[in-house]
Amino acid sequence: MHDRSRPAAPVALTEPYPPIGDYALIGDCRTAALVSRAGSLDWLCLPRFDSPAVFSALLDWQTGGRFFVRPRGPFAVSRRYLGRTNLLETTFETPGGVLCLTDSMSVADMDERRREMRVEHEVLRRVECLAGEVEVEVGCDPRPLFGQGRALLQNRRKLGFAFAAGPQVLILQSEVPLHADGAGRGVVGYDRLWRGERRFLSLIAESGGPAAIPLLGAAAAARLERSRLWWETWAGRCRYDGPFPEAVLRSILLLKLLTYAPSGAVIAAPTTSLPEAIGGPRNWDYRYCWPRDASWTLTAFFDLGYQEEGKAFLSWLLYATRRRHPELGVLYDVHGESRIPEYALATLDGYRGSRPVRVGNGASGQLQLDVYGELVESACEFVSRGGELDRPQARLLARLGETACRLWREPDEGIWEKRSGRFHHTFSKMMCWVALDRLLAMDERGKIALGRSRERFARECREIRHAIETAGWSDRLGSYVDVLGEEGADASLLLLGIYGFVDPRGARFRSTFAHLDRTLGAGDLLYRYPPGTDGLPGGEAAFAICSFWAVEALARMGEVERATERFAHLLAYGNDVGLFAEQIDAASGQFLGNFPQAFSHLGLINAALTLAQAEGAEAPAATAGQTGARV
Amino acid sequence: MSPLWAALDLPRALAAGFFSTVVMTTLMTASQGFGLSRMSLPFLLGSVFTPDRNRANVAGFALHFVNGWLVSLLYALAFAVMGRPSWWLGGIFGLVHGLFVLTALMPLLPSLHPRMATEDDGPTPTRQLEPPGFLALNYGRRTPLITLAAHLAYGALFGALYGR
Repeated sequence: MHDRSRPAAPVALTEPYPPIGDYALIGDCRTAALVSRAGSLDWLCLPRFDSPAVFSALLDWQTGGRFFVRPRGPFAVSRRYLGRTNLLETTFETPGGVLCLTDSMSVADMDERRREMRVEHEVLRRVECLAGEVEVEVGCDPRPLFGQGRALLQNRRKLGFAFAAGPQVLILQSEVPLHADGAGRGVVGYDRLWRGERRFLSLIAESGGPAAIPLLGAAAAARLERSRLWWETWAGRCRYDGPFPEAVLRSILLLKLLTYAPSGAVIAAPTTSLPEAIGGPRNWDYRYCWPRDASWTLTAFFDLGYQEEGKAFLSWLLYATRRRHPELGVLYDVHGESRIPEYALATLDGYRGSRPVRVGNGASGQLQLDVYGELVESACEFVSRGGELDRPQARLLARLGETACRLWREPDEGIWEKRSGRFHHTFSKMMCWVALDRLLAMDERGKIALGRSRERFARECREIRHAIETAGWSDRLGSYVDVLGEEGADASLLLLGIYGFVDPRGARFRSTFAHLDRTLGAGDLLYRYPPGTDGLPGGEAAFAICSFWAVEALARMGEVERATERFAHLLAYGNDVGLFAEQIDAASGQFLGNFPQAFSHLGLINAALTLAQAEGAEAPAATAGQTGARV
Repeated sequence: MSPLWAALDLPRALAAGFFSTVVMTTLMTASQGFGLSRMSLPFLLGSVFTPDRNRANVAGFALHFVNGWLVSLLYALAFAVMGRPSWWLGGIFGLVHGLFVLTALMPLLPSLHPRMATEDDGPTPTRQLEPPGFLALNYGRRTPLITLAAHLAYGALFGALYGR
């Protein structure tokens, strides 16, 4: 069991590329930035999550660009998110004193935004001396277009320093005196703070029109407080009465950070190409939205009391998928575009030399049949919570059922997006069954009208079940298998019990769980499939969401105590602010893959909800306006 | 009525002014959309009256069209003074007009605009809008070129339509 709570641990500045778990996320529901334990903002894409990065030291320590605020000289660091918010507080302990850095991206509600001249994006940083005296060091060196572009530095005197890159401008205002660095590309500055003194730094970005330049001092303090209140108010809507409330709240706060507010889309992660194996080519761009995550996302939002976000997400999802109707894409950008070509950025070294750095995602051209089940399941979840589908949405869903009937016999690339060809994945077939089963259930409840398709869907359901129960089961292993007729292990098979394809308390599911835990388990962690079997060079680490699926499966099997214990152990793998990456190295506990990952946190939330249900906790409120215990 | 006013074909001037303003506004808005410049004359006009960007844009578009009409009357009067209207003479007017906007109006704007900040004073509670700077270069390096091209198009189109 790993314990990542690290009060005031020393941070070495000489080593490039901090561990992935050393980062924490701030954001404004349009884009997000990663800040390291050393106070360095090393990743920020502008103006939205999937735009080119203006700070990308995360992927190239030399040429990526960063914005840091830290003490000069040695220091030890402790961190936390401020209360129930996404404001990050980093405390530096130095030999001379204690310095506190608060980082946020400014957020405000629509009324407040109307009253003042809106700033497109603002990174607001407050540095405050809490004890003794500390010399502060500041550096800001934006490198547009993932470090390939050049920002023209302009000293605009009392309006700060401007970094102009094409029409986009970043303007840095600082209460720490700054000057151009030796290369003339960035700015640096130093200041000595005594106990009680504080300084604000505001970096704004504007790409659409003339910028608004906000004030520092008391006005900046008010903006910081407004952001804090905004997040507190949002978090206050959380209705969850179950085990591990802090982890659940941090996860839903992260999910909100990864939501693109103008459309309601939720991206998988704010980064690209953080490697699944250091030095290897398993580097993918996750700054997009996968319909696969839909039903878990919807459950998380609805069951925790966020109906508005859930509805916005479903509307976006149905809008986006309508564009490729009647077939579904694997991933979409935040505005619903499904053609996302993939290319490599040759000029970037990659995180710790992990190349290539990819932009875009080639999986968008794959066939992944499970998405039909996940999309229909999410609509079914919506309807079961009292939501109403309009006629075009109901028609769209019925057509998706037709497509599932037509395609389920085809091989596909599967949930893990392997690039080694198409196979008859058991999980993909099962999710086609989920699509048809849920459509039939909604038809029965009068939520959609299947008409003449009803009989066909029922027949295909039976055929899928027959195929899985015969070719998808191995008597020798006592387990369902990854591919029909094969004998491989795949953690996605845990979802057979979670989605209700088989009785989770039945013999077949219990023995499948035991087999998968034995074959893929590494302590409390679980690999998604046996390492080295996906056709790519190098191995990979244990998969966070699969580890949470194991908890959920155990809870559904009735082994609640074992599930709770395993869940507690898994939470200890989170970093010091409670965030998870895609993968966890079982030996070292280090994170791998894109970070932080919505998929992992969705697994966490859904496992906690299942545990809460299993423990007989009060059912979370499912409708707006209903009062309930709050975190 | 003076001979100058008598020479003015008001309906034609207004119609030509409207179409010319549509084209100029489209060119400048498109350049914003394509990421070539952050210059937005409608927003700069509208933000005189409200800090709300959405409302400023809507109000600014209306004001910009009124401006387009007023300027078209000046062009029409200038044609009356200088001879027969033509696209090339209109183009010259447009270029001069664009140069005037860039070199005289833009540097003056922080003094005229109630919400525009200045490099000498910095932002204040009421003045936070980024000033355009010399030749409006603060809004992007291509801004002078786009502004000149848009005004040239305005003048040439007005000259061509008014002279038909």
